[in-house]
This record gives sequence, structure tokens and C-alpha cells, in this order.
Amino acid sequence: MDANGALDILWVLLAGILVFFMQAGFAMVEAGFTRAKNVGNIIMKNFMDFSIGSLMFWVIGYSIMYGGEGAFFGAFDFFYNDGTDLHNLFFQTVFAATAATIVSGAMAERTKFSTYLLFSLIITVVIYPISGHWVWGGGWLSELGFHDFAGSTVVHSVGGWAALAGAWTIGPRIGKYNGKTNAIPGHNMVLGALGVFILWLGWFGFNPGSQLAISGDNAYAVALIVITTNLAAAAGAIVTMFVTWFRYGKPDLSMTLNGALAGLVGITAGCDIVSPAGAVAIGAIAGLVVVFSIEFIDQKLKIDDPVGAISVHGVCGAVGTLLVGLFATDGGVFYGGGFSLLGVQALGVVSIGAWAFGLGLILFKTLKATMGLRVSEQEEREGLDIHEHGQSSYNY
Amino acid sequence: MKKIEAIIRLARFEAVKKALEEQDITFFSYWDVRGTGVAREGHLYRGTLYDTSIIERRILSIIVRDENLKKTVETIINAAKTGEIGDGRIFVSDIEDTYRIRTGESGPETLYEK
Repeated sequence: MDANGALDILWVLLAGILVFFMQAGFAMVEAGFTRAKNVGNIIMKNFMDFSIGSLMFWVIGYSIMYGGEGAFFGAFDFFYNDGTDLHNLFFQTVFAATAATIVSGAMAERTKFSTYLLFSLIITVVIYPISGHWVWGGGWLSELGFHDFAGSTVVHSVGGWAALAGAWTIGPRIGKYNGKTNAIPGHNMVLGALGVFILWLGWFGFNPGSQLAISGDNAYAVALIVITTNLAAAAGAIVTMFVTWFRYGKPDLSMTLNGALAGLVGITAGCDIVSPAGAVAIGAIAGLVVVFSIEFIDQKLKIDDPVGAISVHGVCGAVGTLLVGLFATDGGVFYGGGFSLLGVQALGVVSIGAWAFGLGLILFKTLKATMGLRVSEQEEREGLDIHEHGQSSYNY
Repeated sequence: MKKIEAIIRLARFEAVKKALEEQDITFFSYWDVRGTGVAREGHLYRGTLYDTSIIERRILSIIVRDENLKKTVETIINAAKTGEIGDGRIFVSDIEDTYRIRTGESGPETLYEK
């Protein structure tokens, strides 16, 4: 083992640890954007997403995603134990857990805990690793030149489209739509903001870590990715703030927080091959799109998504992946590359979108018909903390 | 003795409290309360207006001797008024008796510390 090899492994491990901390970010965002009576339940779901994901990705998920060079599928080697590759197991585990935890926000405040655990296991073992294999495991999309560096599609839109399937199947919270669209405000914007800051921090592992190396010239690549990531987040936040300021009369905190995340999700696909200016553009576009997407899904489609997960992760994941086709300094439309990259990006977005949404829909409808997906009306009105967990989270 | 229940705007509380202290009315309870009425306040969340008929106010519960009733009510009205709809309301009712817990004494005189 030479120094460069050890340095690369160190970088992957540190970046993975930052991505682990994003779980706290998701937990805080979801806790802050939902009501106090359900906050313990949302924390449990997030906590278990990571715990179950950690276990199941080691048991079989990693092997399905990376274990072989087939077009659609890796391999079926259980209990991964290659001592020279455990840093990659760790890094990919925290990524898989990110995809799983996106869904809990969209289905918050009305989902049966036991059913959710089962879903979390299945997304980690089936949905995520198979589509992930298509892109990062040597599968068919990577053969076609599809570029999703850190996972706008592989991670975020998989989570986002599965979240759409879940939120649609389970239906809205009681009182959300009764003739008109009602606001159900989150109980703590401080937690929500803390969550977004933590996610932003973790993204400095998520994107730059995906270089999987930092020795030699990789250091420059990693530094570029840190910059593109940061600029996209800032651009997203600022654009969303101004959009809400014009549309609603006052700058909206919770939307602006979503805007930063939209920028982060958007840049994730192309963070390594766009310029800093391109990153600003991508973040700004995501910040603009996310507002209208949230409104459309909330008010027109009448799908209740308490935290905006479908728009931030699904829609902006797709948008960010497509924008690679425009802004990639090597092959993008704006750099004289023609439309072929854009075409491949679109193919990947659509195929993985159909996979995640379609499989998610089948899964949720099956769970709804068998175990039951939703808590009872009384449980929902009185709060999941009391009914699912037997305790309240705030005891003065 | 009379009980004065004054429902006032949160923003006027400090002014009312100071004005009452200047009139030697220094003992009362207060708590935050919600109500519904003609006034409209609204909160905005992700572009949707909500809670427009829920009004947040503070209620003061002041017990005074009969001879101090008029000056107390006038003090509150002058300090709490803004002229806009939603300034609040005062209710006056009778109080039968009062006790100081520390000494066990009763009667209107116990409203004052000794």
C-alpha cells in the first residue's frame, strides 16, 4: 500500500463520514417541517433508514450494485467482506441510505411504521442497487455514456420518484385538502434550517467524495467539485428566496431552505464537469424550478408532500441530470458537443424514473393491500408519537 | 371588589403594564390567549394563507377594590388603544372574597402587601 493509495482511501472514508451526517440533516429537516405530535416517529423512520440500509447493503445490496459487470445486475454475493474494498462498501452504503431516507419525508405524519420499515429494506436491496448498477456498476447506461457523477439520478431522483409513488398511494394528510389546499405548517423552522445546513455540509462529502481519490491531480478535481457544489447551493437558495419574495410578497424561509437543497441535488450529476459559472446556472435553474414544482404537486396534483421531497429530489434530480447535457464542458450543448450527451442524459432520467416510480408504485400498492400503509384516523389526529411509539417527544 | 379581564394586543402589553404601575396597580395575572372575532390576522406558509380567523391576544386578570375600578379601566383603555379594529375588550365582574395564602387573612385590604 503506497501513500497515494492510503490517501485516496482516507478521502473516501472521510467523505463517507460526512455523507453519514446527512442522515441527521434529513432527520432535522423532516422533523422541523412536520408537526410536533409526529416528530418522534419521523426521527425513528430516519434512524431506521440508515440502520437497516447499513445492514442490508452489506448483506446483499452492494453486491447487487457492484458485484459484476452484467448489463442490469451485479452479483448475489452475500455478506460482503473484501478487505481491500471496505471503504467503498462504506461510501456506497451511506449513499444508498440517502436514497432510502428521502421517501420518509414525503410520507410523513400518516404512514404505518412497520410497513415503512419493510419498504425501506426493499428500496435498499432492490430498487436502488439495480438502477445504481446500470450507472455506476458497469451496467447498460454507463455503456451509453450516461453521466451522473454523484447521483442526481441514481440517488436523489430514485428516492424522489419512489416518494412520489408513496405519497400518491397513501393519500394526503387529514385536513390538507378539504375543498381547498390548506397549509399544515411545520412545527420548528429552526430544526428545518439546521437540517439544511447539515445537508449542505454533508454534500461536501457527497459530491467531492465521489471522485473516489484525492491523490495527485485528483486534488484539483475534488476542489473544483467543492466549489461547484457550494455555488449551486447558494444560487439555488438565493433564486428561490427572490422567487418566493415576488410570488408571495415575503421571502419564505421553508421554501428558501428547499431552494438550497434543490441547487445541491441539481449540481450532483455534473459537479465534476461543469464550470463554476455553469454550477451557478444549474443551481439557479433548480432554485426556480423547485418553487413551481412544489406548487404544482401540492396545489394542482393535490399530492401531499410535507417536506417537498418529490420536487427537491425527484424533479431537481432529473433537471440537474439533463442540464449536464447542456453545461458539461466536455460534450455539452453549450460547449459545442451537440445533442448526443443530452440525449443519453434524457434516456437515463426517463428509464430510471420509470423504474423507481413503477417499482415503487407496485410495492406501495401491494403494501397497502396487505399490511396496510396508513395509520387509522384517530391515530393520525392524535399523533404517531403516542400511538406508534407510546410516548410524546416534547415533555415539559 | 371587582375583577377586570382585559383582552389586549400583545404589542400594547408593555405600555399597559407601565401605565398600571403608575396608578399603583401592580398585582395581576396574565396569559396568552387565542380568540376569534371580526379582526383578521394571517400567517403565510409556502404560499398558502392560513389561520386567518385565529387572533392572538393577551388577557390580564386584575382584582381591584371598588373605588379603584374606574381609574383602572380608564388606564387600560388609554394605554391599549390603537384605534384599529381588534384593539380588544374589557369585562368587569364581582369578586366575593380574597385570601392571602401566606397569612391566611381575608378581605379586600389583603389586596395590598403589608
